[in-house]
Amino acid sequence: MATQHSRSAARMMMAPAVILLLGWMLVPLTMTLFFSFKKYLPMRGGDLGWVGFDNYIRFVTSSAFWPSVTATLVIVLGVLFITVVFGVLLAILLDQPMWGQGIVRILVIAPFFVMPTVSALVWKNMFMDPVNGLFAHLWQAFGLTPVEWLSQASLGSIVMIVSWQWLPFATLILLTAIQSLDSEQLEAAEMDGAPPLSRFGYITLPHLSRAITIVVLIQTIFLLSIFAEIFVTTQGSFGTRTLTYLIYQRVLESQNIGLGSAGGIYAVILANIMAVFLMRIVGKNLDA
Amino acid sequence: MARSVTTQRKIINTAAAWSIGFLIFFPILWTILTSFKTEATAIADPPVFLAFDWTLENYEVVLERSNYARFLWNSIFIAGGSTLLGLIVAIPAAWSMAFVPSRRTKDILLWMLSTKMLPAVGVLYPIYLMFIKLGLLDNRIGLTIVIMLINLPIIVWMLYTYFREIPGEILEAARMDGATLKSEILYVLTPMAVPGIASTLLLNFILAWNEAFWTLNLTAAKAAPLTAFIASYSSPEGLFYAKLSAASTMAIAPILILGWFSQKQLVRGLTFGAVK
Repeated sequence: MATQHSRSAARMMMAPAVILLLGWMLVPLTMTLFFSFKKYLPMRGGDLGWVGFDNYIRFVTSSAFWPSVTATLVIVLGVLFITVVFGVLLAILLDQPMWGQGIVRILVIAPFFVMPTVSALVWKNMFMDPVNGLFAHLWQAFGLTPVEWLSQASLGSIVMIVSWQWLPFATLILLTAIQSLDSEQLEAAEMDGAPPLSRFGYITLPHLSRAITIVVLIQTIFLLSIFAEIFVTTQGSFGTRTLTYLIYQRVLESQNIGLGSAGGIYAVILANIMAVFLMRIVGKNLDA
Repeated sequence: MARSVTTQRKIINTAAAWSIGFLIFFPILWTILTSFKTEATAIADPPVFLAFDWTLENYEVVLERSNYARFLWNSIFIAGGSTLLGLIVAIPAAWSMAFVPSRRTKDILLWMLSTKMLPAVGVLYPIYLMFIKLGLLDNRIGLTIVIMLINLPIIVWMLYTYFREIPGEILEAARMDGATLKSEILYVLTPMAVPGIASTLLLNFILAWNEAFWTLNLTAAKAAPLTAFIASYSSPEGLFYAKLSAASTMAIAPILILGWFSQKQLVRGLTFGAVK
């Protein structure tokens, strides 16, 4: 039983974390909101007064906006599709009896621990470089013209790099979920003569649905804000300027703080829509 | 009952899994191999895999030329400092939420989680401005605090899920025996919580080490950690594959090794306890 004394002590112990996070959330966000209603150009005249919703309108009507939405969608959906499909297949494979399972797991999970700047640079130069990259050598070996990956197939290349980074995460979570599946259920189905595909479709996949939802939601939140991979490879050119990158350019490169802040508020709203779904799932788990 | 598996099927599984594992790991392997080549061998066509003269020259050059030790120290300082600070703030909070839960505990936990989802770019300018005003730009301490704050929700959550598994009866028994709050934490809880705290520390050290939005935007020469050091190789004049590989290998090796120890905690930490 918690006493009155321990309750107030508990509140005291919680206070630093709550206050810090509250400050971290409210102070910068209020400032962004404040700037988003101003014409504010630090390099060209500074604070030029209130402009109402001008920045919000200009942000979505600028010619860069819709391409950035498309780029963001292509990257997020592309990576989600690749990581979930291959993640499920890989998790099922890794769950099978084999020799050296532990070592394979270590190999598969490794890309997740590579810092984003390293993986972007390694892929950009050592694999996708049209002259010296491994892909160029491979293409030439088959008598094909090497592809200039990051300019001709820029979005696909970014999707590829980011998928490589996130496939381990999806695989690991799905594998953890598969391992909690009751194998007797599968055996019973097998005895009853259910073919492998129906066993997968009616038992494994439904069992994985919650884990897949979690993978999708968590990855979406991280994928919406990928930055280093684009910063290092294309700097936003060749159609790879995502919403995050566009806002970054507005704020730090062209120093149009008002416009960038309005974009930032859009990004916050977008992330919150995703967050609501994720929190519902996580919250349900707390009651259990 | 374990399912009986034919040896033939096990061989097929093994071959398939190892090939895919090798394929996924290949970019890392290739980077490590290239770091031991000369620049000429590194771009040779056709590529050389193992039969080349192994050399440590690239490591020497990178160490000499780039002040690698400073970047490494910055990474250790920022990742270690932010994790330790985070633990100091989070342990009491997670403890009280796990053992003295109130009606609002769940809401507070979910709210903390929601702060993790705040897109960094949405608060880039305010943070940038504050850093300028406070003289924290390109300063290790400022960056340590920011990284601590972005990882704090994960730290609280991970600790909370670990603490919740400690049976409350033990604490009650200690209280009955007249243990004060302080001795309860020090002698009863801490020994049982150490494994969970260690896992939390490990995973958050890794996340902080690899963080690449704030480290790229808030540092220049002085406080830049390894993420920024590597990004400096993206400028055209720095394009030497073997040296790039050596620098990359040095930047990822420590965390790759730590990471392999933290596989299980990774699932728990990154799904906020929703998948165990």
